Amino acid sequence: MDILQEVTRDQLRAALPDFAPGDTLRVNVRVREGDKERIQAFEGTCIARKGAGISETFTVRKISSGIGVERVFPVHSPSVESITLVRRGRVRRAKLYYLRALRGKAARIKEKQR
Amino acid sequence: MAGIIGRKLGMTQIFSDAGAVVPVTVVEAGPCPVVQILTADKNGYNAVQLGFGAQKPKRTPRAELGHAKQAGLELAPRTLREFPVESAEPYQLGQNLTVDQFTAGDKVKVVGTTKGRGFQGVVKRHGFGGRPGSHGHPLARTPGSIGPGTNPSRVIKGRKMPGQMGAAKHTVPNLRVERVDPERNLIYIRGAVPGARNSVVYIRKM
Repeated sequence: MDILQEVTRDQLRAALPDFAPGDTLRVNVRVREGDKERIQAFEGTCIARKGAGISETFTVRKISSGIGVERVFPVHSPSVESITLVRRGRVRRAKLYYLRALRGKAARIKEKQR
Repeated sequence: MAGIIGRKLGMTQIFSDAGAVVPVTVVEAGPCPVVQILTADKNGYNAVQLGFGAQKPKRTPRAELGHAKQAGLELAPRTLREFPVESAEPYQLGQNLTVDQFTAGDKVKVVGTTKGRGFQGVVKRHGFGGRPGSHGHPLARTPGSIGPGTNPSRVIKGRKMPGQMGAAKHTVPNLRVERVDPERNLIYIRGAVPGARNSVVYIRKM
């Protein structure tokens, strides 16, 4: 599979912050409206990161006007303009799917101290 | 255009200009030397025989060595296959056909040998439903009745039954070429292509 990694390497994102589940991220997404393009931010908690190489994805969850919204982004997609790390969270799981059942105070994540 | 012989490297994904994820199969194809030219006058039809890969002289039958020598090749190709062409005139013996003959957006058909699955039952091979998992069924994956009784007292031809699955030639038409990399002799074909990794596939324009 090495050759497949090699041929997709030039599509990988150059500036990728070191982030993990539990972190709060701001994802700047390119949105196309007609022939115009603008950048829309999606800010929330990263609850999962899966896959490897070009097919790696991550899931961001936020509460938008009382409703939980999750979006899955390919890490290396050109339609993701940039990813910024807002806050590091301390969690003990790789997948934070349990957050879906929690709301309000219970769904908070402690900030990582360091 | 004739076509090309390649080796399936595996599947991955690329991003389109719009940012969408495109699943692709990467095939290392060519360069394929023209080993033999068949003409309507001589052979009854127009075709070119292409070669792909190379094998050690020690392992090559004498006949194949001589055949390759006629085309000016040092080593005999591992794979040989004829590709029908409109006219054999533009081709010369020993000429190398590369992935350059394809451009992104072309529709191609890909011929390969599917993965062998051995002797399989009807549930896997033909998608039969099988029996319910509960309510006291003794049999789980049987085909059930295979036809009427005394009349016609035979099984209708074409009845789907257990048997060998896979390891058969399979053609997938209408696949789109997403990208061509002449430097590395790679061709990116949208979607899946028959066969396991490293298996030989034949690519032709639709």
